[in-house]
Amino acid sequence: MLADELGKGEGEGEGDGDNDATAPQPSVKTASGRTAIALHMCALNPERARPQPVTRSPDRAAAAATLDLGVKLLEYQAKEVLASLGIAIPLGRVAHTPDEAAAVFAELGPIAVKAQVPVGGRGKAGGIKLASSPEQARSAAQQIIGMDIKGFKVPLVYCESALDIEREVYLGFTVDRDARANILMLSAKGGMDIEQVADESPDSIARLYPNPWRGPLDFELNQLVYEAGLGELARPLSALIKKLYRAIPDLDAVTAEINPLVITKKGEIVAGDAKLETDENAVWRHKDLEERYGSLLIGDPYEIEAKKRGLTYVSLDGDIGIIGNGAGLCMSTLDLVQRAGGQAANFCDIGGGAKAEVVENALAVILMNPRVKGVLINVFGGITRGDEVAKGIVTARDRLQMKLPLVVRLSGTREEEGRAILRQNGIEPGASAWEAAKKIIALTRAGSSGLPTPASPDLPAGRGGR
Amino acid sequence: MSILIDAGTRVIVQGITGREGTFHTEQMREMGTKVVGGTTPGKGGTTHVGVPVFNTVAEAVRATGANASGIFVPPPFAPDAIMEAAANGIELIVCITEGIPIQDMIRVKDFLRGYPRARLLGPNCPGLITPGVAKIGIIPQRISSSGHVGLVSRSGTLTYEVGTALTAAGMGQSTIVGIGGDPVLGLTFKDIVEMFEQDPQTTHMVVIGEIGGSDEERAAELLAKGSRLKTVAFISGRTAPEGKRMGHAGAIISGNRGTAKSKEEAFKAAGVAVAETTDDIVGLLR
Repeated sequence: MLADELGKGEGEGEGDGDNDATAPQPSVKTASGRTAIALHMCALNPERARPQPVTRSPDRAAAAATLDLGVKLLEYQAKEVLASLGIAIPLGRVAHTPDEAAAVFAELGPIAVKAQVPVGGRGKAGGIKLASSPEQARSAAQQIIGMDIKGFKVPLVYCESALDIEREVYLGFTVDRDARANILMLSAKGGMDIEQVADESPDSIARLYPNPWRGPLDFELNQLVYEAGLGELARPLSALIKKLYRAIPDLDAVTAEINPLVITKKGEIVAGDAKLETDENAVWRHKDLEERYGSLLIGDPYEIEAKKRGLTYVSLDGDIGIIGNGAGLCMSTLDLVQRAGGQAANFCDIGGGAKAEVVENALAVILMNPRVKGVLINVFGGITRGDEVAKGIVTARDRLQMKLPLVVRLSGTREEEGRAILRQNGIEPGASAWEAAKKIIALTRAGSSGLPTPASPDLPAGRGGR
Repeated sequence: MSILIDAGTRVIVQGITGREGTFHTEQMREMGTKVVGGTTPGKGGTTHVGVPVFNTVAEAVRATGANASGIFVPPPFAPDAIMEAAANGIELIVCITEGIPIQDMIRVKDFLRGYPRARLLGPNCPGLITPGVAKIGIIPQRISSSGHVGLVSRSGTLTYEVGTALTAAGMGQSTIVGIGGDPVLGLTFKDIVEMFEQDPQTTHMVVIGEIGGSDEERAAELLAKGSRLKTVAFISGRTAPEGKRMGHAGAIISGNRGTAKSKEEAFKAAGVAVAETTDDIVGLLR
């Protein structure tokens, strides 16, 4: 099980697909091209606990969908959930320090020391190491804890007993966006790069679209298992898939994947790895999950801070901060900045009906990133009122003592009032989004030598490795 | 003519007594939309913002002959509201609510198969407007003007932005439709494009898509088969970052589709002009 993951990189193959709504054909995408896929869900955040308005922004969820943000559990958390559904998992313990990892070795014997990050490709990044002595366990943990994997600093490792593998299969479900349905997938070719399998032998992945009201029926599961060529395991596999499916109605899971699902030499079926993602829009009905795992947010410190403030925020790699309302507008603003020759450092979607306070919060979070050299605010007011936004911008700039270049493009409801407020306060509104994008690029380039960067000792430190 | 909604459309608002239901009912009526009633369980028999309130959609339909509904109820109750509307013969259901759990929407979509006459727009959408005539949802009347351009979009604010630009350029719209940004939706780009194709008033069309899913590609495939409309497409998110994805399940089923490049190429292959920025749309449409 582990060897596969250890050596496995992300697939690099190219492929394309041509799906039909009712009968999706498999296809592969490059690992590097994994945009946007599909699933889900829902905006970043945890604000679902609050009373819910009918709208936040008409298309805020789209940002999350396209940027692929959901509630992703770490491997050990996902395995805890699988265990709670009655699925067998290997023996394992979490270790926060090298000493703890050595102690786990003393208890379990040879183990794999695995980085816990909410992103794939950790094996290739050196985030999984085998240990056959306490010293090796200690040194593996030493190397892995704190390591940066795709922007995530590894907070802890999961130390797990190795399995005696007879064979490996693939089991997973996700939301097939085109079919507007859940899809269960099973393949005898587990363990290896399943995307490559999907590309080279699509027929080896059996698929089932269960009725969303009653779930999969026994005969459907039986059929799925036989179609995957795993008929000799029909009974135990059907039972296991039924258990895994409970994650959909019981936990609002939107994606789950057990790859590999290991059949041991003794004939047990054990989850070798586990990935689980739940629907952020459904957090309100799963308080228990949130309490258990919600505090374990890891990753970008700015994104965490934004979450705390109830904002939709995404960190990027450039130096222009962007605030917009609506996912579509935010994304098109990113496109404009790039077209004008710049790169966004981050963006914050303030949603519909944004109040001054929200604008201030957004600007504060945007400015936390020390790489931000200038800020572009692009607001089109449908529900959001231009004068409110303008007041918020002015207040935020003053309170945060912002000295960086700021360009605002304000349009829509009460745009004249809004622009007047901006002018009165020394902020020249951009004529169009494109003009505004060009202006902020020009200003940041001109000012890169002289302008002071906003420094505030109590802000989170920059993300490592960038 | 127009699509989906006209002067004869009889609209009820589900969740009419809530803050947003109240505000937008007033806005809809202000522009002349025939809002014939609303529902809020427990408040039946009262009158709110000038229209009768009913406890159930069944009562509302019996009393008013409503054939369309705008849904302004919070996410935990919105899926049921959609199904209630469909089960009571409402033919156009516009769900504005944002944040409905995806599994709920998957069940709703399955339920709707039993009611083929019911068409769902949204959820998580701004609704639709036939300029100067009627609207359901939250699209401000101010961004629109009557004319011949069909506008369909996944994004709310970009809809407003492009509507404003078209209006400023003197290019009025037949109907503006926001299909919504959720992964599990009612009417798709393809559905709306088909309707514009058959609407005599519509001569031009603007399609505003974004990355994710393959609804844009499907609409492009339809246009490639021949279209009488002069169409411009715009896709937002071409520089959006790749997701930090964990598993492979999504990739297995979605392949290369969903990227801005895939969508733009599909439109270009269909002979549709693709705008680089929203500012270019008007020029390309002329």
